[in-house]
Amino acid sequence: MAVTISLPGQLRDLAEGRHEVVLDTTPASVGDAMRELRERYPAVYERVLTEQGEVRPHVNLFVDGTEIRRTGGLATALGDGASIDIIPSVSGG
Amino acid sequence: MPETPGAIHLDDGDVVLLVGTTKGAFLFRSDREREEWTAEGPHFPGSEVYALALDQREGRRTLWAAPGNPFFGVTLRKSDDGGGDWSAEEERPVRFPEGSDMSVNRIWQIRPGPASRPDRLYLGVEPSCLFVSDDGGDSWQPVRGFLEHEHRESWTPGAGGMCMHTIVQDPGDENRLVVAISTGGVYRTENGGRSWRARNSGVRAEFLPDKHPEFGQCVHKVVSHPDRPGRLFLQNHWGLYRSDDWGDEWVDIANGVPSDFGFGMAMHPHDPDTVYIVPLESDQFRCTPEAKLRVYRTRDAGESWHPLSEGLPQEEAFETVLRDALDTDSADPAGVYFGTRSGHVYGSADEGESWTLIRDGLPPVVCVKAAVIGAA
Repeated sequence: MAVTISLPGQLRDLAEGRHEVVLDTTPASVGDAMRELRERYPAVYERVLTEQGEVRPHVNLFVDGTEIRRTGGLATALGDGASIDIIPSVSGG
Repeated sequence: MPETPGAIHLDDGDVVLLVGTTKGAFLFRSDREREEWTAEGPHFPGSEVYALALDQREGRRTLWAAPGNPFFGVTLRKSDDGGGDWSAEEERPVRFPEGSDMSVNRIWQIRPGPASRPDRLYLGVEPSCLFVSDDGGDSWQPVRGFLEHEHRESWTPGAGGMCMHTIVQDPGDENRLVVAISTGGVYRTENGGRSWRARNSGVRAEFLPDKHPEFGQCVHKVVSHPDRPGRLFLQNHWGLYRSDDWGDEWVDIANGVPSDFGFGMAMHPHDPDTVYIVPLESDQFRCTPEAKLRVYRTRDAGESWHPLSEGLPQEEAFETVLRDALDTDSADPAGVYFGTRSGHVYGSADEGESWTLIRDGLPPVVCVKAAVIGAA
């Protein structure tokens, strides 16, 4: 089954207004999913990851509800039909 | 979200004021009298805009802006029609190279290069580095001599991050540049950026055990005048200084100021002896002393400073003016402008003798840049 990536409101304009992106393939890891996302919407990828390929400090990626910093980061494995939520931290003024 | 703002007219003789805030950019325009201002904004609503610039070389009217936020990083945008249309957000050419272990968190300074290089621009970024473009901003490279500087591991971030906030070009030698970083201090290159030497002799570092290290000072701003190459004025994290030899030696010029702590510093456009500052009480209480909003001006290269307060609030004014929020235009008489963290923008059309409130109610102001259109 496909992997679905949900986008926060701030990034939807960079993805033709979509609130989610359904990948056509089944990537093995979150990192693979992000690279596929980059092929379609490079500006979204750039907002989520730094030029060094790391998740930005105040951006959180959840796989099926679990934040990936606790599960191996970008190497976190994806199962069939996995959902990835991109959620910025709640902070600032 | 606010409505999409329109463009400002960039007609010869107009005066423009580019105001960056923590929630977007506002573009102001007036005629040469500078009595009535119209504004368009916010551009990039919700984004912090720490750097703005207008490049007028070779007849250009190009606006540059660096909107960003702490979550999704910073972009660099340009407009050739006064802010009506900005370049695509997808373009993200300012990047540290792979393996450098650094990513661009914020752009602090956008500076058009020397007249002899009309397609060159410089950026000062956080973490501290100088970027250069030689194709009008289409592509950017970090200046290797600075990126790989042996002092880099010893530089530390200040409250605003580890930022390069000042880029001074020698108008007579395109290979000589002076930059300033906080913290780190002043650095100078004589060979177009291949190598850089710390130039901080005489500048105090009150917050370090060694008050006069080779580098590590928390320099807040440096300005210079093109008619007096080699002379630099410096607002330090405690301290006001002048150098007459491109930073080889600095002398204390805090003569008659209520505090030598502050951020903003601006050069008079026509007089290399005249500089403006807005002193703040201390690093512990970063507000205008005695709750009076006063700009201080020297007309003798720092031998004396005098307050300018006509039209500015002199009671209950707990204001803060940040390092890039004070500027002058190039009109005669010169205009002087500043913005505050409480969202006020003030201007003077008579070299600081009297002031008017141009706008209030803005988000915290972090950048003010002024220019006369057609006066490159």
